[in-house]
Amino acid sequence: MPETWDRVAADDRAADPRTAEAELLAEAGEHGTAATEALTGRLAGTAGSGASGTVAAPTRRHGAAPAAAPHGVSITGRSTRVGDRVFKGLAAGSGGLLLVVMAAIAVFLIWKALPAFSGNSGNLITTQAWRPQSSPPFFGIAAILFGTVVSALIAMLVGVPVAIGIALFIAHYARRRMATVLGGIVDLLAAVPSLVFGMWGLYFLVPNTRGFQSWLSEYWGWLPFLKNTTATSTAQYGQSLLMAGIVLAIMIVPTVSAVTREVFLQVPGETMDAAWALGATKWEMVRTAVLPFGRAGMISAAMLGLGRALGETIAVALVLNSGFVINPHLTEPGGDTFASTIALKFGEASGSPKGIPALVFAGLCLFVITLLVNSAARMIIARRREFTA
Amino acid sequence: MAKQIDVENLNVYYGDFLAVQDASVNIAPLTVTAFIGPSGCGKSTFLRTLNRMHEVIPGGRVTGKVLLDGEDLYGSDVDPVNVRRTVGMVFQKANPFPTMSIYDNVIAGYKIAGTRKSKNDFDDIVERSLRGANLWEEVKQRLNRPGAGLSGGQQQRLCIARAIAVEPQVLLMDEPCSALDPISTLAIEDLIAELKASYTIVIVTHNMQQAARVSDRTAFFNLAGVGQPGRLVEYDETSKIFSNPSQKATEDYISGRFG
Repeated sequence: MPETWDRVAADDRAADPRTAEAELLAEAGEHGTAATEALTGRLAGTAGSGASGTVAAPTRRHGAAPAAAPHGVSITGRSTRVGDRVFKGLAAGSGGLLLVVMAAIAVFLIWKALPAFSGNSGNLITTQAWRPQSSPPFFGIAAILFGTVVSALIAMLVGVPVAIGIALFIAHYARRRMATVLGGIVDLLAAVPSLVFGMWGLYFLVPNTRGFQSWLSEYWGWLPFLKNTTATSTAQYGQSLLMAGIVLAIMIVPTVSAVTREVFLQVPGETMDAAWALGATKWEMVRTAVLPFGRAGMISAAMLGLGRALGETIAVALVLNSGFVINPHLTEPGGDTFASTIALKFGEASGSPKGIPALVFAGLCLFVITLLVNSAARMIIARRREFTA
Repeated sequence: MAKQIDVENLNVYYGDFLAVQDASVNIAPLTVTAFIGPSGCGKSTFLRTLNRMHEVIPGGRVTGKVLLDGEDLYGSDVDPVNVRRTVGMVFQKANPFPTMSIYDNVIAGYKIAGTRKSKNDFDDIVERSLRGANLWEEVKQRLNRPGAGLSGGQQQRLCIARAIAVEPQVLLMDEPCSALDPISTLAIEDLIAELKASYTIVIVTHNMQQAARVSDRTAFFNLAGVGQPGRLVEYDETSKIFSNPSQKATEDYISGRFG
């Protein structure tokens, strides 16, 4: 029924005022110039571009192109618009600024750390002590490198699986109301200042987990890193690297889980349907469709968490009982990280020529570690790029 | 191995909303049945009840019976997971797993079920399924490339290969050609004609010529009115539906006089 179709089509067009006007315009273009110009003004007005004052300029009337064509629009030449140039400049400028800032930080760190390379009676890398004020100065990053890497590693091992579990639950298991509430709590937790985590760790977690640490040492002590070789009673357990790692784990959970949740929510429905239709159970669907899809996002989220764990200062400084030795027994008190050392030693550093350079060198090491870890993560993500959606 | 489907007085709900009312059809083994009807009339919804995919949507539920060779899919002791392993499905939008290679996409059903097989067995399954989907010659050189890198029509055939790799007894197709060009559509239609030898096929389509070309029987779904549930208006031999339908609504739809 051609008539019917035509009528329906006409009705459809009439439903959209802009289309209807464009059509009027097209018709007017065949009939007379005056009408066209009147309508052009109307069209430009309804299109909302009247503010710029140049609506009459032919190049701006994209919507009216078919009708405008008979009136001498040129398609040659470059159409330049202020907005495009401004935005391009802003975007490129922001990107450039980022590089400049990165470079400035690197240059500053290297420059200010240079004095630390000379006049050290210890070895900058292997010495397990931090006495840049003494004469001669005696310091090295061995112990704090160990403390930083180990506490961040514990945080990742404990925190990331939990965070991914929370994100999965929120995105694919919880009912909507539950998911909203939980999601809100996670976001809230991410906003809690690290000082609060540190105080909670020191005054609640440490005293209340002495028994747990003692149990670990006693029953899991065949794993050397869980053995406490010095404590003779439960009361002597406490401010260990393990606890610092666990506090860090709790701190990174909200960050990691907020990011992974967003990634999991973006899994296309049709990909999940594909798994369902092949007879997947819920977990099999998650394993087949959700987790592989979120792989890159999970790695990125973990890197965000790792960045926070590596750089966390005050919580670690509060929880840890300082001690500049590499101690592989993680349940024994003591330990330091780059960030906590920089914070704790700053007060006494300014009095001596090597104090500040030594701390800046520690900062440089942290900077380099972060860069290395992030690059490694990018390489892992890029390796299977063509298989990511 | 292909099975008979008997649907008895099925009502399909989204929460409290009745989407399809009181539909009954009998689908014989090794036939192609087409569901046609205007958008929103419930034909895709109805199709998804035949392998319990409807329940994946929160609030999705049914009353009535769907019998697969006499066994009620909605029986209290039936696991929807097993139903979906028996009744395969191909979707409107080709949906190969984006993170998997062509090879892994084909054997995804086995991987999901945790079935262990030797590399040789899997190789055989992949070749047989891809040949079955008329895709083997086009992809045999690049089985380890991402499935999402294929063209739209190839992706859809990959999805068909994935569905038939697990040797289902029924194959449901939800507008499998709606996003494809005419040549890819023809390839899929030829494939349906071949697959009919081994599977009971139910296909939803908006394209009436397609329904006329590929199906043995056709079911016409329609809405009684705005906000009303979809109903099965007529179900008969395809030739009869398209030449001499018994219902006025069917005739109007077939000839373009609807609404």
